[in-house]
Amino acid sequence: MYRTFLAGASLAALCAGGAAAQTEITWWHAMGGELGTKLEEIVQGYNDSQDQFEVSPVYKGTYTETMTAAISAFRAGEQPDIVQVFEVGTGTMMAAQGAIYPVYELMEDTGQSFDPEAYLPAVVGYYTDTDGNMLSMPFNSSTPILYYNKAVFEEAGLDPEQPPETWSEVEEASRRIMESGAAECGFTSGWISWIQLENFSAWHDLPIGTQQNGFGGIDPDLTMNGETQVRHWNNLAEWQEAGLFRYGGPGGGDDAPPAFYAGECAMYMNSSASRAGVMANTDFEVGFGMLPHYDDVEGAPQNSIIGGATLWVLRGQSDEEYTGVADFFDYLSSAEVQADWHQFSGYLPITEAAYELSRDQGYYDENPGADTAIEQITLNAPTENSKGLRFGNYVQIRNVIDEEFQNLLSGDKTAQEALDSLVERGNQLIDDFAQANG
Amino acid sequence: MQTKRTIFHNRWLPYLLLAPQLAITVIFFLWPAAQAVRQSFLREDAFGLKTEFVGLGNYLRLFSDPSYLNAFQVTAVFAVSVAALSMGLALLLAVAVDRVLRANQSYTTLLVWPYAVAPAVAGVLWWFLFNPTIGILPYALEQLGYDWNHNLDGTDAMILVVIAASWKQISYNFLFFVAGLQAIPQSLREAAAIDGAGPVERFFTVVFPLLSPTTFFLLVINVTYTMFETFAVIDAATEGGPSQATNILVYKVYRDGFVSLNLGSSAAQSVILMFIVIALTFVQFRWIERRVQY
Repeated sequence: MYRTFLAGASLAALCAGGAAAQTEITWWHAMGGELGTKLEEIVQGYNDSQDQFEVSPVYKGTYTETMTAAISAFRAGEQPDIVQVFEVGTGTMMAAQGAIYPVYELMEDTGQSFDPEAYLPAVVGYYTDTDGNMLSMPFNSSTPILYYNKAVFEEAGLDPEQPPETWSEVEEASRRIMESGAAECGFTSGWISWIQLENFSAWHDLPIGTQQNGFGGIDPDLTMNGETQVRHWNNLAEWQEAGLFRYGGPGGGDDAPPAFYAGECAMYMNSSASRAGVMANTDFEVGFGMLPHYDDVEGAPQNSIIGGATLWVLRGQSDEEYTGVADFFDYLSSAEVQADWHQFSGYLPITEAAYELSRDQGYYDENPGADTAIEQITLNAPTENSKGLRFGNYVQIRNVIDEEFQNLLSGDKTAQEALDSLVERGNQLIDDFAQANG
Repeated sequence: MQTKRTIFHNRWLPYLLLAPQLAITVIFFLWPAAQAVRQSFLREDAFGLKTEFVGLGNYLRLFSDPSYLNAFQVTAVFAVSVAALSMGLALLLAVAVDRVLRANQSYTTLLVWPYAVAPAVAGVLWWFLFNPTIGILPYALEQLGYDWNHNLDGTDAMILVVIAASWKQISYNFLFFVAGLQAIPQSLREAAAIDGAGPVERFFTVVFPLLSPTTFFLLVINVTYTMFETFAVIDAATEGGPSQATNILVYKVYRDGFVSLNLGSSAAQSVILMFIVIALTFVQFRWIERRVQY
């Protein structure tokens, strides 16, 4: 199809006497709603800026659907040039060495200037191989933070300018809020797997798995059933029983945002990219804080890890298209585009330059709390435990985490049993992956 | 059984006339089915870059996998509950309509409406009504002292999907029961009445036995429906949760294949499902189709 297009285009060029032939680049993404509109706006900006390449973005549904569609398309030989894949799909993409075109190689091969140092280490660390090479292009990354209802804090006699920093402060504040009747519940949380286990571990500088959280090899073992994780899950179960904590459901936790918006729960942990939603749906004053930690755990707080998605380049296209992809990536990571995307969406600025530009533009002064996520993710230099995680079949392991958390909350299992079973089932999935890809 | 025989003089015409249907069957049914059978003997990474023949490995894994055995159990509970609830209520409504002298046409029309609702919409509707945070039913149940939470309680979740799936199916069953009731000769009931049988006795000794072909037919249809067509209800209401409490076989095929990208296992599961469908179809044609009188 590409060839026919090119042939047609060159014919047209001959007839028209030298009008430039545009190379088309397809980008499958998972940004719906306002984020999708913004994405198209950014792409339009690129298409208008030059006449050699034409990027056409295609919305393919949720992250899972987009990834599955791209994989099926690859099997059928109809793959797009660029596909947006969420962070838990990283292990699967990385292992598919014949299918992906690592970004560092792409930039090298096409002679595009590219400086991996320009990106925030906490972001880039998640997507580099053990030699420090960048495999995919960061696009939208976020990290979980704490949102709280200042009006409720005030009514309960708490300092509205002082978000709780430790879990004991969260517990204490929740009790006072409930006893004073200022709100029905203390706190709720989106993304249990991402926030209350993965980020929780990184934030306390605890390993999630062996082999540097899976970065060092294809067959690591999970180690999320450590003492501190068990303690935390046990607390969450007790707090849920007492009504201090409200469970928002599996996956992203769909019931958590309305509970916070309606003022039922005074505190809420969710992605920094939920900021726009929080601002649009609340009529009380919202405070922002970093994730709570246990202050008797050595090394806490360390730094949080990211979620979100990156752009992967797939093999099997022409050199012209790859030149265009590299050029487009260069445009995407420019400070102006990144700062615009960051300020619009609440996703992290991917580069230092975009962060500085946003600061110079006065964005953080006008929008207090918007830089909480950046401060939290860059709080300390990432360790082996807080660089991120990379396990095969992690999409399924995320489901296992949700299931075991539900077993914990329904009283079927203790925290130790739930986490032990999680580790056992997760290791089985990792073994399967290693066997299929070994 | 009446048979019609048409004699074709042209040898190719009958094949030509059959060709479109055969082509559709081959392309959309046989070919994918063969693909599934082939895939079920392979272990492959998601991208299809490394393929390995594992024989019956995928099947053996399934039957030692507690989550697959759980899916069987869940499917059985789900199918029996939906069939019992939707057929029981449908029969009750059909009998009621059968006794109404006036306006039974309008009742019939009203009762058939839910059948027109798409399964996904039914799932969302009931999910909304039962939502622990914003739903009206948990609020009402709380007044009665029951703490409803289908996000955590597997039984609550099962009740939710059973209601959502049955609600839609009641209409369908209702139509067949009404038709079945109308086919019962009035004279039989009158004879029983003259012999002194009351309405309840008449129902159990005369009407219900005469309805049994319809009941058997609906039983198979309902089991097939709950096993294979309730995907959208599950997806919209519970996504198989909590902790796989509503993860029926069909939904597990989808999750394992399309979300988890474990194609070998997913294919093996579809092949098993295919055998279940074949068995059900066989039962339907062998024993039931013969006895149903339309």
